[in-house]
Amino acid sequence: MKKSKPNNMMLQTAMRFITIIVFAFSFYLFFAGHNAPGGGFIGGLMTASAILVLYLVFHRKEMLKAIPINFTTVIGIGLLFAVGTGIVSMLFDFPFLTHFFDEFHIPFFGDVELTTALSFDLGVYLVVVGAAMSIILVISGDKK
Amino acid sequence: MTFLHWATISPFLLAILVPFLYKYFRKIHTGWFVLILPIVLFIYFIRYLPITSNGGTVSKSAPWVPSLGIHFDLYVDGLSLLFALLITGIGMLVVLYSIYYLSDKGEKLNNFYVYLLLFMGAMLGVVLSDNLIVLYVFWEMTSISSALLISYWFHREKSIYGAQKSMFITVFGGLSMLGGFSLIYVMTGTFSIREIIANVDLVTGSVYFIPAMILVLLGAFTKSAQFPFHIWLPDAMEAPTPVSAYLHSATMVKAGIYLVARVTPIFGGGPEWFWIITLAGLTTLIWGSVQAVRQKDLKAILAFSTVSQLGMIMSLLGAGSAAYYFNDGDNLLYTTAILAAVFHLINHATFKGGLFMAAGIVDHQTGTRDIRNLGGLMTFMPITGTISLIGLAAMAGIPPLNGFLSKELFFTGMLNASDYGIFNLDTWGLLLPAIAWIASVFTFLYCTILFFKTFRGKFQPEKLKVDKVREASFGMLLGPIVLITLVVLFGLFPNILAYNVIEPAMQAILPGILDAGELFAVHIAHWHGFGTELWMTLGVFAAGTLLYLTMNIWSQSGFYRSERDIFNYLYDNGYDGLIKGSQLITRAQITGRLRDYFIYMCVFIVLLIFYTMFRYDGFALQTSNLSPIEPHMWLVIIAFVLAIVAIPFINNRMTAVILAGVAGYLVALMFAIFRAPDLALTQLMIETISVILFMLVFVHLPKLKKDDTKPSIKITNLIVSIGVGLMITLVSISAFAFGSEIGFPSIKEYFIENSKELAGGYNIVNVILVDFRGLDTMLEILVLAIAALGVISLIKLRLKEGEDV
Repeated sequence: MKKSKPNNMMLQTAMRFITIIVFAFSFYLFFAGHNAPGGGFIGGLMTASAILVLYLVFHRKEMLKAIPINFTTVIGIGLLFAVGTGIVSMLFDFPFLTHFFDEFHIPFFGDVELTTALSFDLGVYLVVVGAAMSIILVISGDKK
Repeated sequence: MTFLHWATISPFLLAILVPFLYKYFRKIHTGWFVLILPIVLFIYFIRYLPITSNGGTVSKSAPWVPSLGIHFDLYVDGLSLLFALLITGIGMLVVLYSIYYLSDKGEKLNNFYVYLLLFMGAMLGVVLSDNLIVLYVFWEMTSISSALLISYWFHREKSIYGAQKSMFITVFGGLSMLGGFSLIYVMTGTFSIREIIANVDLVTGSVYFIPAMILVLLGAFTKSAQFPFHIWLPDAMEAPTPVSAYLHSATMVKAGIYLVARVTPIFGGGPEWFWIITLAGLTTLIWGSVQAVRQKDLKAILAFSTVSQLGMIMSLLGAGSAAYYFNDGDNLLYTTAILAAVFHLINHATFKGGLFMAAGIVDHQTGTRDIRNLGGLMTFMPITGTISLIGLAAMAGIPPLNGFLSKELFFTGMLNASDYGIFNLDTWGLLLPAIAWIASVFTFLYCTILFFKTFRGKFQPEKLKVDKVREASFGMLLGPIVLITLVVLFGLFPNILAYNVIEPAMQAILPGILDAGELFAVHIAHWHGFGTELWMTLGVFAAGTLLYLTMNIWSQSGFYRSERDIFNYLYDNGYDGLIKGSQLITRAQITGRLRDYFIYMCVFIVLLIFYTMFRYDGFALQTSNLSPIEPHMWLVIIAFVLAIVAIPFINNRMTAVILAGVAGYLVALMFAIFRAPDLALTQLMIETISVILFMLVFVHLPKLKKDDTKPSIKITNLIVSIGVGLMITLVSISAFAFGSEIGFPSIKEYFIENSKELAGGYNIVNVILVDFRGLDTMLEILVLAIAALGVISLIKLRLKEGEDV
């Protein structure tokens, strides 16, 4: 990563904006997942690619400062979300991983369907982001 | 979950608290907290005594995996209660002893008590479970906690060796036992021991009878250190002495005895059961007692002595199983052996527990356990000396102690067996009392050696590691004093146990032999008149004394000077062979080249699928029902093929990466054409990320050299890739043909219909992922997580030059 130090001002400036759009789109994909194309897996990959593009354009050190997240921990949190969703249904005497959904009226958003599958999908999302990022960072950060 | 269930698992619950108690109450020895539990449990189980001694039983059920017939069923009868009392009673004394034995400075008490409580809970589970699978789970937990306790001082090489050995042998037996249990389930359709006993005809009439019996016995024999699996027990003596007293003499090693007693109603009554158990027991008895004579280490002597005594109880259970052949519970001729087994089980726990603790005290106060360095300790440690004297006298069978009574009963049992007149006993029957007598002589001999070499003779202060030898503190002595008092008490008044403890246990081992309401005749007497047993006992004393007095002569022989059991060579060589063999296989297979692994996997899958397809005639090559290929599809396909074919011929890495990307994006395009937006999106993301990854690592990659791979490798690659392509094509065409031919309903209809209704989502792909097949997804992300951790550790913990796994 040390060698990629050319003066790519244009790219850096452009990327600041583009990644915001990519991030927003990835969140959209994640939330839209239940009824339209998307979901935790695709959303996770999209987020990972947005972060990766930033890594490509900026220095590794700056990035570590800008996004001080340990992605290995993110994997663990994701797994906890996925397993936790399953266990919560057990607490109410339903089989492991039973999902529930209902329509809610939320001001400003209107009628929204909320489902426990979303929290499971959040687990998937986090694991995908964490796994993709930690694999790629460890490969690219390898000295040899 | 009833109170009995909570009592059984209470040690596990306390084990969770122990690390916190250790951390936040450093001033108080953690043992004091732990001590409360066995006391409470002991009192709790004592309350069952009136129930079982009136012939009653208690059973409590809780579902665990009901769909597989696995219930957490607990069952208290005479036998399980006897064991529960031993576990909690001895446990109480051992914990008390350990408080003084292990100092609270420098010892990892949190680990020790967590392991000890794990063991206590597991052992209670073993003896109280009625369900074979639950019993098996607890059984393996005793193996694990035992190995953890043996390796408690894990910085010692011998501790690790002993822990590993015990683990290998007992887990091997445990797995065999699981196989036996499965066969029993195949025969009877239930895991409940009581139901199996009620339907015992299904077992005895089955072809699996002998295999199931042998597998279950392997479990029992490995756990109870029966010949030739006994070799792990002496090495288990690396554990702290409280552990040796608790697990490796009083409780855990008796789990095998318990199992044999428990399944006697299922397998007992035939000649195979009789001979296998009796002979295994007697061989263990004599082998252990002879080996014990050769040992120089106090705990090693006691370890082999335990091996030998376990063999004695085992052989009694074998001989007693003949009661089922005659189906006569009234006749003392058949039931004495079982009586002796139960009685000796109790006696052995009392005197051996006391002896181990005394040996631990000697070690603690003098710093050595080698009898060649010890001597004359009676002057300095009179209480420990007295404890040892009484314990050893009981083990040697000197009246009026309890060991004398059970040894007499043992002789009676063996003599009775030779009178049965069945199973070829008229020819071989005399062998049983003969072996019993010889082994008893050696038992007498090692007891004598142990006492006189340690407590009498010349005091040798220069060989000890301490300056001044003192008697141990009162707290440390309390445990063994209690046990030895019981030895004397049971010796003088054996009949206090008779109808309270022993008879109910016999009822549990031999159910259904007596009519309801009848009792086994249990009367233990000191004086039987001038019978054969008396002359045998006197003979043992005479021969044993003679051997001890001539010790100076035979102690120079090679027999005495080397002390290692020859079966250890078998184990060690087998272990080395196993390691070397696996290294050989691993080296041949793990070449370190990614290419090889890829070929292994592809070749294996291709062969497997082709074999299955040929075997079941699964090829169906129809092209008539396939839809035509549209013109724009041709364009995509041609571009795709061109990109793929070009990659191997390109010597520029950047171009190759881009071409691979092109192929990937074209696949995404195909998904989009076939209206699979989720797949297309995923494919796009994956391609993008892999291209970015290449960019990130690009600068680190070496220059692509001119292609100089051997033609043979190239040809292999070609064959493998053609094979994979062919397989995928054939399988998908055949699957499609079969689907339309047979009219195999596709499962997609179900998802289409129920996606909104049951899961509240219109995107079927996502609904399948998170809801219908949520468990699959959960395990997939788990695999992803493991893969990520694997990549990280592979790169971060890369082996240095010359290092090997």
